[in-house]
Amino acid sequence: MRPFTYERAGSPAEAAAAAIRMQGARFIAGGTNLIDLMKIEVETPAHLIDVNGLGLDSIEGTQDGGLRIGALVSNADLSADKRVRRDYGVLTRAIVAGASGQLRNKATTGGNLLQRTRCPYFYDTNQPCNKRKPGSGCGAIGGFSRQLGIVGVSDKCIATYPGDMAVALRVLDAKVETVKPDGTTRTIPIGEFHRLWGDTPHIETALETGELITAVILPPPLGGRHFYHKVRDRRSYAFALVSIAAVIQQDGSGRVAVGGIAPKPWRVPAADAALPDAAAAARALTAGATPTEDNRFKIALVERTLAGVLAEARGEGATS
Amino acid sequence: MKFDTPAGTNPIDQGKVVGRPTPRIDGKFKTTGTAPYAYERHDVAPNQAYGYILGASIAKGTITSIDTAEAEAANGVIGIVSTLDHKPVPLGPMNTANLFGGGEVQHYHQAIAMVVAESFEQARAAAHLIRVDYARGEGSFDLKRAAPSAEPVEDSEKRQGDFEAAFGNAPVTLDATYTTPDESHAMMEPFATIAAWEGDKLTVWTSNQMIQWNKRDLAKALDMPIEKVRVDSPYIGGGFGAKLFLRADAVVAALGAKQVGRPVKLSMQRPLTFNNSTHRAATIQRIRFGAGEDGKLTAIAHESTSGNLPGGGPESAINQTELLYAGENRLTAMRLAILNLPEGNAMRAPGEASGLMALEIAMDEMAEKLGMDPVAFRKANDTQVDPMNPERPFSKRKMIECLDRGAREFGWERRNPQPGRNREGRWLVGHGMAVGFRNNLLMKSGARVRLSGDGIVTVETDMTDIGTGTYTILAQTAAEMMGLPIERIRVELGDSDYPISAGSGGQWGANNSTSGVYAACVKLREQVAQSLGFNSDEVEFADGQVRAGERSFPLGHAAAENDLTAEDSIEYGNLDKQFQQSTFAGHFVELAVDAYTGEAHLRRMLAVCEAGRILNPISARSQVIGAMTMGAGAALMEHLVVDKRFGFFVNHDLAGYEVPVHADIPHQEVIFLEETDPVSSPMKAKGVGELGLCGVSAAIANALYNATGARVRDYPITLDKYLDRLPAVA
Ligand SMILES: Cc1cc2nc3c(=O)[nH]c(=O)nc-3n(C[C@H](O)[C@H](O)[C@H](O)COP(=O)(O)OP(=O)(O)OC[C@H]3O[C@@H](n4cnc5c(N)ncnc54)[C@H](O)[C@@H]3O)c2cc1C
Ligand code: SF4
Repeated sequence: MRPFTYERAGSPAEAAAAAIRMQGARFIAGGTNLIDLMKIEVETPAHLIDVNGLGLDSIEGTQDGGLRIGALVSNADLSADKRVRRDYGVLTRAIVAGASGQLRNKATTGGNLLQRTRCPYFYDTNQPCNKRKPGSGCGAIGGFSRQLGIVGVSDKCIATYPGDMAVALRVLDAKVETVKPDGTTRTIPIGEFHRLWGDTPHIETALETGELITAVILPPPLGGRHFYHKVRDRRSYAFALVSIAAVIQQDGSGRVAVGGIAPKPWRVPAADAALPDAAAAARALTAGATPTEDNRFKIALVERTLAGVLAEARGEGATS
Repeated sequence: MKFDTPAGTNPIDQGKVVGRPTPRIDGKFKTTGTAPYAYERHDVAPNQAYGYILGASIAKGTITSIDTAEAEAANGVIGIVSTLDHKPVPLGPMNTANLFGGGEVQHYHQAIAMVVAESFEQARAAAHLIRVDYARGEGSFDLKRAAPSAEPVEDSEKRQGDFEAAFGNAPVTLDATYTTPDESHAMMEPFATIAAWEGDKLTVWTSNQMIQWNKRDLAKALDMPIEKVRVDSPYIGGGFGAKLFLRADAVVAALGAKQVGRPVKLSMQRPLTFNNSTHRAATIQRIRFGAGEDGKLTAIAHESTSGNLPGGGPESAINQTELLYAGENRLTAMRLAILNLPEGNAMRAPGEASGLMALEIAMDEMAEKLGMDPVAFRKANDTQVDPMNPERPFSKRKMIECLDRGAREFGWERRNPQPGRNREGRWLVGHGMAVGFRNNLLMKSGARVRLSGDGIVTVETDMTDIGTGTYTILAQTAAEMMGLPIERIRVELGDSDYPISAGSGGQWGANNSTSGVYAACVKLREQVAQSLGFNSDEVEFADGQVRAGERSFPLGHAAAENDLTAEDSIEYGNLDKQFQQSTFAGHFVELAVDAYTGEAHLRRMLAVCEAGRILNPISARSQVIGAMTMGAGAALMEHLVVDKRFGFFVNHDLAGYEVPVHADIPHQEVIFLEETDPVSSPMKAKGVGELGLCGVSAAIANALYNATGARVRDYPITLDKYLDRLPAVA
């Protein structure tokens, strides 16, 4: 870990302004991802701006009947919130499928959205990685890529966005609210928040330098039945090989997003339109896939996991 | 004490303390944070500085330069120990890979430097500032590619009868190849050492299973007289074989402490442990069986190929096949390829764990070919003698009893023998079984016991407790022998100044170390009798009293004037030549596979074990369920993934190297057959710490086959290997 300086911001706008005053400044929220990466010098911020204590830790109703989730609301609090459990079950299920109780107590809504990939070559500073060190090459291509992406990836990077919460947010059409260093605010649809890697896998989101997430906005409840099925090699404390977030209505129509296969939570209009036909929806979701030998199975796994979710929606046998 | 004839009745047979479920006597220290583990021994030497290791970033080649200037100038840095400033340290007999010194890189994350600083954080930060230049060498990293050129392991080929002819003539045959991956010990406590010099005397407070091996090899590495080295390791947070041998942490900490003139404490960072240390090496195993229609095996061949660094040994996956089943025509052999990966070496049940993963799937496949029940097939091929040497009987062999009891308790007869036919909603449910087998090893083991006037007996031995419960069974042994309640026994372990013990490894620890305490207690009993003026033949030790005829004294009276101290070792004759000594288990598993996603969920596991006298059913059960958990990991997830281009284990942390979590482990049950084995030792016990691992992975594999109809011969059995063989969905 490199030595760094530290400050506590006084307000969200001040935090954003502070972030461009010093080169290499970063926000720190729960620290559960950032500190780990600093210890192994994958992240080397010169300055940390602590955004805890800015009053961004509450969940409030919005005028149109949705929810506004402060960026510093912990994953534990968000998943346990009565309104979330009642109206946005997919979100609770996705969050509790991730990490561990201890981590979820510390991890925040904003930090979770920005957690970095779990590609093992990204974590090992001896190895080439275009995301960690632009231009150094991609260690995973031709190496061990079983966990990595099959759609939306590029020849520069095949990593995934690894998180669970955002997959639910994608199916819910959430929006991310931010403040920029100049004090202006904007909202970014979740579908536009994470970027595809293209030639610049080190640029991961739509955020500009110094831009601070202040909240995540949920639209009014969708109704329907909510599912999050996360498939992994062990039953807890592992990232998804494939995960399916779905909201399915009485008539079998609905929405589906997939985690663990792409640089972002993967949602395709044609897949939603194809529901309740699991095979057709899965075909749409994995169209144009460029898997490696290691992760080709994810194509079939997407279809099978989705079929399982839809069977459960029809009342055919529980998931666990 | 020489043990060369089977044990008769002795005080241990009273079973007042030994054999009773006894909570760990060290439990209170562990649960209150007062059991001192190596890295936490702040009190043992003042002014400790912190070390941080730098690992090589290539798998093979030479270091052309190391520039430490920037690191040396960094905050808090006291000194930097560079591999280029040292000759390669001489290695003890058990090590293969270089531990430190010289410019040659033999494997990824080999220790090449250590920063010593005032704080851990400063040492870590400075380590990142060291610049190293390498000349990369070509290496061989792919076992599958290297296997055709693997050399036969000297003397490994064993033949009996004419395997080829019998196999050729057999009406029912199997010829299948199985693979097991590289696996990591992944013990909770990392390698850790505090090293301090006093003049030319070195003390290391470290985490090691085998104190005397460590002491011997550390003296050799540092080229110093062995009596100037002291090793202390009273608490160990798991080792599983990783801590059998001297490792880089102790060597580098000692060198660093000398260089900076201060005690150095060092813990190996987790991401380094997977490539820096040893691992269980991957195997490719070919098994051939021939049998008659009656289900009797007539031909058995098991050939295993593994790889290692030049000079390293094979993973001896064929061990059990020499002994487990009858069959007149046999062939076992090993081949070894050169691989420039980290060193392959012992991991819990080396040989048998991997070997049974293959052999016991093969038995399941063969039973199916014969149309036999898997339990019945194994029973039909039981042998009570060493099949390669029929004059040599097993001292005790209760495989059939383990299987019968297990089948009954598990409800085996309710299993559907047709694979893929047992469906509960979306779940495909399967049942599988396998035999567990592991030898009982005899090692000399010593102890000292001291009686003081207050009636307390203190046991001292360099034996280790690697989380297994050694403290407690040694206390139970002394309590039984001296007629005391366990509260009156103190146990001191892990210090090389104490009498030399068997140490912990190969499931030999419990039986041998308690026998060493037994031997010392026999001597102490004589001293007590003498001190009280008794004729030692007629003395009874019970309830804290020493009695003979009408006379009775509290035990402490014997030491009223002076402490009484007795020291002895157990040493073995050739009973292990006359008899084959082994332990047996029947493993039974129920598992369900999600017919959609292929996720495999264990539901029930049962192990029925025969391992002689069970000294403490609580800690023995812990050993077995822990081992079953490890076997579940081996079956379903554990896999060090080799990057075949760069030559290293890629998933080198506990996020990437997955071991089971609680949610993976369902109901586990362990039954011990009530047996004693008088051929083994005066304790009539055998090892049990590895038995629970042996065979369990195959039982899981067989259950998964029974559930799905998909036979996977390539561990770990992750869903990608059978997803395309599950019933169609949608
Ligand atoms: C062992 C382990 C297992 C895990 N398993 C899972 C899992 O199964 N599923 C899963 O989804 N996640 C998992 N995680 C990841 C975990 O969810 C994230 O670490 C966590 O959500 C990050 O939140 P944080 O508040 O701690 O972020 P931090 O570590 O504080 O920050 C992360 C990044 O976000 C930036 N940041 C934080 N807040 C803001 C803000 N308001 N505006 C702009 N930038 C901001 C920081 O600068 C930093 O770059 C796991 C983590 C660990 C350590
Ligand atoms: S896949 Fe992406 S993160 Fe992984 S090594 Fe390649 S560039 Fe780096």
